[in-house]
Amino acid sequence: MLNRLKNRFRGKSVEEGTEKSRRGFGSRIAAVFTRSSIGDDDWEELEDLLITGDVGPEFALDIVTRLRQQVKDEGIKTPDAMLAAMQTLLIEALDAGSGELAGGHGPTIVLVVGVNGSGKTTSIAKLAHSLKRAGLTSLLAAADTFRAGAIDQLKIWGDRLDQRVVAHQPGADPAAVVFDALGAATAAGVDYLIIDTAGRLQTNRNLMAELEKVVRVLNRADAGAPHEVLLVLDGLTGQNALSQARLFGEAVGVTGIILAKLDSSSKGGVVFPITEELAVPIKFVGTGESIDDLAVFDPTEFVEALLRRDE
Amino acid sequence: MFDRLTERLDAALKKMTGRGKIREADVDEAMREVRRALLEADVHFKVARSFIAAVRERAVGKEVLSSVTPAQQVVKIVHDELTELLGRETEGLAKASDGPTVIMVIGLQGSGKTTSAAKLALRLKKAGGTPLLAAADVKRPAAVEQLRTLGEQIDVPVHFESAKSKPEHIARNALDKARKDKHSAVIVDTAGRIQLDEELMEEVRRMGKLTKPDEVLFVADAMTGQEAVNVAAEFHERVPLTGLILTKMDGDARGGAALSIRAVTGVPVKFLAQGEKVEPLEVFHPDRLASRILGMGDVVTLVEQAQEVIDEETAQRLEEKIRQASFDLNDFLEQFNQIKKMGSLSSMMGMVPGMGKLAKNPEVREALTDKNIGRTEAIILSMTPAERARPELIDGSRRRRIAAGSGTEPSDVNQLLNQFKQMQKVMKMLSSGRMPNVPGMGGMFG
Ligand SMILES: Nc1nc2c(ncn2[C@@H]2O[C@H](COP(=O)(O)OP(=O)(O)OP(=O)(O)O)[C@@H](O)[C@H]2O)c(=O)[nH]1
Ligand SMILES: [Mg+2]
Repeated sequence: MLNRLKNRFRGKSVEEGTEKSRRGFGSRIAAVFTRSSIGDDDWEELEDLLITGDVGPEFALDIVTRLRQQVKDEGIKTPDAMLAAMQTLLIEALDAGSGELAGGHGPTIVLVVGVNGSGKTTSIAKLAHSLKRAGLTSLLAAADTFRAGAIDQLKIWGDRLDQRVVAHQPGADPAAVVFDALGAATAAGVDYLIIDTAGRLQTNRNLMAELEKVVRVLNRADAGAPHEVLLVLDGLTGQNALSQARLFGEAVGVTGIILAKLDSSSKGGVVFPITEELAVPIKFVGTGESIDDLAVFDPTEFVEALLRRDE
Repeated sequence: MFDRLTERLDAALKKMTGRGKIREADVDEAMREVRRALLEADVHFKVARSFIAAVRERAVGKEVLSSVTPAQQVVKIVHDELTELLGRETEGLAKASDGPTVIMVIGLQGSGKTTSAAKLALRLKKAGGTPLLAAADVKRPAAVEQLRTLGEQIDVPVHFESAKSKPEHIARNALDKARKDKHSAVIVDTAGRIQLDEELMEEVRRMGKLTKPDEVLFVADAMTGQEAVNVAAEFHERVPLTGLILTKMDGDARGGAALSIRAVTGVPVKFLAQGEKVEPLEVFHPDRLASRILGMGDVVTLVEQAQEVIDEETAQRLEEKIRQASFDLNDFLEQFNQIKKMGSLSSMMGMVPGMGKLAKNPEVREALTDKNIGRTEAIILSMTPAERARPELIDGSRRRRIAAGSGTEPSDVNQLLNQFKQMQKVMKMLSSGRMPNVPGMGGMFG
């Protein structure tokens, strides 16, 4: 499914979309390796550089320690070889199993969750658009009945994309919206049902319980559903993203991550400790506000883009 | 996330107790821990570095040399410095000398501008003002509808135009309207933008030129990472910022970004925003944010949040009891529903010094599920008031009776009692300012 999507994706690649945010980062890292002798201070500087990419102090220390050991053990001498070794370590950290979007469930049910303002609704519009371009039909469910204007927002996207949106009144029970949408999606025979949910902080128990209820409703209708639970992370988020991934994961079993707003100057490095700790794959990245700005995530491509030196 | 700084400092400084003097080397180790705490809180690494250099200088001085509890002393210095850096006092809003005060709300996408604009309007209104909101975000679908709905909720008028109008004209027209209708202030909500977007950054500059705002408030998400400084600095360059609103503080984000922005741009934090409901923006307390950034917990905030759902008198009593560690199972039960109403128990725990680490523990999280909380409640309900006040009364036969009454096993009752004892111990420590590592607290609610 992923490859099929990828081939037909007309959006930007991760590299194009994130070109601005990467500027300078790779060069600064490479510069450390080109020094004639690399001592404690240089390794520490490398750690700091990684930290500026939001990987967090723990991951930075860990990766630099491993790299140092490897450089010593294997007698790695050239800057290029060191950079390559680091690249491999980073790619490995992102290896969290298949990044393919589930499919073929008639309808495949995709629940989209995340904290307030992370980019859920926009990502849904982009995803529906990509699926459509790949020849797949979807139906959208406006299960954010809480935030003012949220239903209108999804409806506007639905109109623009010519996608049907199932919605209730503001304040309605999200589980009821989902239940109706499920019926409509099955009746219409669409390939995907994509559910927009209200943004919520992962520490808010009541709102997390509400989300659990939505999952139960889906589960009762179809034991395998939801087939995907996509957590949308704001690419500018720092270490709190770990807490988001942990708690949303515990509550509703996140199956994949969409890293939005990577067109910002942020490196999105917090995905490294997240995938390493939780083994949840990053599936897509958002690279702007228009519908084409969604790219399929590829660990190698992501790390290469991150470490690319400026011309 | 809430790893305790004092605990780690304790460990780092342990070697010197009995030696009575802190050497530079000791401080080095302590400062490494401080650095880690700051970085985990998303403080920019350069800000963290210069902050530590400053603290180090103070710490190696006599204050520490003469101290009896070095770890506490160091934490105190760190905390004071951090509070100082965050800007000791709360700063108010500027007022226009005549005509409406113009306030522009700007920031990145999804940071919380619209909700904050409404919260600010409510704050001004409650203070006797007559604000006007202006919907100048015509970019995001339904952003205008969002602001209009919020305006309706708080009964504050909203100036809006069609999606085809230019944001700067909407702002300008809103200002004219505010002058004409004698509004005390006009709050302009703007579209979210990334500082790399030249076109949109130019737009925000033009808006500033055209409306000459008295306040330009930058809305920053408390969860923002290392890029916060670059983003804020670029905005500051285009339209000089006058203040910061730090949003989403009701979560468990430590909010180090605020410190970075403050340190780099010098722009003071003016308000904190918590929660999605439109409630007045809260004034900012530097000392509390300092505690939070350091992961030292924040009992003050905890008690304040409790007050939202528990009436003040009860809260005071509860606080007093926690202080005196005379909090018994009766109190526990009495507060049960109210505590539940506060939402996430684990996030509440995160605010209590020393309990943050605990709240992160998977066992504790499991224990805090509704099911387990319900079981704990059932067990306590099956006790007599006397038993709740003096758990030591509970012998074997009472235990069996309680278990039968609550549909649990006597061992469950035992477990609860043991854990309650632990909790009381923690509270005692808490009130004396010392925090141990308490194993097995996890099952407290299970
Ligand atoms: N630059 C950029 N902006 C984005 C991206 N994705 C979303 N946004 C913007 O971020 C803001 C919030 O996006 P939404 O899709 O409304 O976020 P949400 O998670 O649905 O928000 P709530 O429903 O309020 O919790 C909007 O202004 C979007 O246009 C992205 O990849 N890049
Ligand atoms: Mg939304």
